[in-house]
Amino acid sequence: MRGLVKAGAATPQKRVQFDRPLTPWLFLAPQLAVVVIFFYWPSVQAVVSSFYIEDPFGFGSTFVGMENYTNALTDTRYQATAAFTAFFCVVVTALSLGIGLLLAVKADKVIRGAGPYKTVLISVYAIAPPVAGLIGMMIFDQHIGPMTALFGFFGRDLQVGVNYWDTTIAVTTISVWKQIPYNFIFFLSGLQTVPVSVREAALIDARSGWRRFRDIVLPLLAPTAFFLLIINITYAMFDTFAIFDVVVKDKPANNPMTLVYKVYLDGFKGNDIGGSSAQSVILMLVVAALTVVQFRFLERRVHYG
Amino acid sequence: MFKTTTLALGSMLTATTAMAATDISWWHGMGGRNGEVINEISQQFNDAQDQCNLTPISRGTYEEALSSGIAAFRSGEQPNILQVFDAGAATIISADGATIAAEDLILDAGEEFDRENFIPGVRGFYADSDGKFIGMPFNSSAPIMYYNTKAFEEAGVEPPKTWEEFEEIAPALKEAGYLPMTASQLTWMMVENFKSRNNQQFATNNNGYDAIEGTEIIVTDENQVMMFEKLKEWADADLFGFYGAGWADNLRPFEEGESAMWIGSSGSFGGLQQSMSDDFSAVFMPYWDSIEGAGTQSFIGGAALFAMAGHPEEENTCTAQFFTFLTSPEVQVYYHKNTGYVPVTEAAYQMAKDEGYYDEQPVAEVGIQQLQLEGGEWTSGYRLGFYPQIRTVMEREFNRIFSDEVEVGEAFEIIETEGNKLLERFGRTASN
Repeated sequence: MRGLVKAGAATPQKRVQFDRPLTPWLFLAPQLAVVVIFFYWPSVQAVVSSFYIEDPFGFGSTFVGMENYTNALTDTRYQATAAFTAFFCVVVTALSLGIGLLLAVKADKVIRGAGPYKTVLISVYAIAPPVAGLIGMMIFDQHIGPMTALFGFFGRDLQVGVNYWDTTIAVTTISVWKQIPYNFIFFLSGLQTVPVSVREAALIDARSGWRRFRDIVLPLLAPTAFFLLIINITYAMFDTFAIFDVVVKDKPANNPMTLVYKVYLDGFKGNDIGGSSAQSVILMLVVAALTVVQFRFLERRVHYG
Repeated sequence: MFKTTTLALGSMLTATTAMAATDISWWHGMGGRNGEVINEISQQFNDAQDQCNLTPISRGTYEEALSSGIAAFRSGEQPNILQVFDAGAATIISADGATIAAEDLILDAGEEFDRENFIPGVRGFYADSDGKFIGMPFNSSAPIMYYNTKAFEEAGVEPPKTWEEFEEIAPALKEAGYLPMTASQLTWMMVENFKSRNNQQFATNNNGYDAIEGTEIIVTDENQVMMFEKLKEWADADLFGFYGAGWADNLRPFEEGESAMWIGSSGSFGGLQQSMSDDFSAVFMPYWDSIEGAGTQSFIGGAALFAMAGHPEEENTCTAQFFTFLTSPEVQVYYHKNTGYVPVTEAAYQMAKDEGYYDEQPVAEVGIQQLQLEGGEWTSGYRLGFYPQIRTVMEREFNRIFSDEVEVGEAFEIIETEGNKLLERFGRTASN
């Protein structure tokens, strides 16, 4: 341990000091290399090409200033996609957090057969998003889907792939279904860390199970919930990509889509590199803003025990 | 047994090391049976000579093949041959320097080439405005109308030649318990080939062939709007079924014997033989008797092969040899029979005829016959930039039409406006 010097006892936190200035950089290098190569370098490239109109094969490009940005932001289709993305994030996050929490609370109370019960709930998490999309698509298929038959039974002619809102129902259902197990695992382990003594003390104070849950368990779950909130929003914005791709079968038509799917569509299928780069820069800024808001305003209310 | 295997293995090893064949690569966007046939053809080429070794690689769908070809070109890793579909033609042909014109490539390699050997419907689409072949037509198809023979017998009617006839017979099919018609990919069927079958202008600047800049699409004319008003009317009267932009969703009712007619690709023939339980046949895609000069040939669909620039001469020679091999009658007929795509040369068509193939499989001839109908001023093709995106705009508006969100006329106004915006943008990317 020649390179390390123990920090003085005066500082309460753990702190390690290096006697050579280069040593910490050496340790950081692999991680930094990964971040620079796979994150900063592409980001810089995206920012640069967002100011150009470029021919697909890269023979030439024209500087157009902010045109790609104003094009995107003033385009009503882009605005509609942004609005849908916001709506989709809220609905998917709320439903998958809510149902995940409900199932976790109930599973926490199960005593007999808890193992198989939890396994069944968690197993869905092992399904990859494209596979989830495929399974979902079979359920929602216009010709043979049982869900289409179910809606038909109630007099609703479900047309996933044709009708905007019908596709929304399908994509939302599949995305929520896929995410519930993840939330379930975290909530369940969160619930199991609530000390028995606290629960017993609460039992004396309040007979209502709902009140005990609201006043004692929920605040203690807040750090988990906050973590899951961020993860779920990211999931709804980005990881649902494969589900959309499978559901709209490569043909977006009039179906709803998220902003990241539109970036892919315009850039990779439309070969409009400038326009697509501008959209991805906008998306980066939105995510950055969202993260700041979450940590600034929400995290203050979270109490880490 | 062991001895012979070792011997064979040994001779194979010496063979490969001794030859040092030139390797060339071919990226394509075909899957399923069609992808297998590509591998078979490549193997046949490799077996037929020993200077070149061709490796075909599947790159997903047509669109994905084009995108990955472009990305590879930008990083200098492009394949020798890239398959590009009809809608991507303008993107690759406008990129001067990305490809070597097929015609030049073949002539430079000392091979023979004659445009007149190709069937007329194939000549123009992947050529420049002087008629020089930029891409080598490969898997060519035409949209044709398949029909369920049993359904027509039950209804006691004949398959329609024109849309007027369709309107007459469709109620009888409905009466007999069938959904009269479905169609896949309305962009290809009801816009692009509506234009060609009815000899209608699709874009300014000679359908886009003469110049990139200033080219605008023409889709708000009364005939185009009328076609979709009719489709909507038929859909409302349960004479036509629309199941979104997905190809298979619109095909399935036909495969399951629910719909009596389906407009699809002549290249769907191979697949339909396996998936259809009922007997089926096919006729030309209908046209409007009421439009003057209608009934002309359709645009060639499918895809062509492009020789990518930036490869050493010996590789280009191999590519040229492969193009010659590919257009030989034997290979064309083999491909035609195994996939349902039409032969691209007159000689190959004649050979299939002489072999009596069409007596056994009359459906296989419908596509090529439709491509050989009389041509018109507007039937040789279109050259429109960012066209895959324009198709996306159309698909969006068509969904809206059939879910009652927009009137037909208004939808086509939107398509024209957004389409022209994309064309203008393409003009700016290509002109520098």
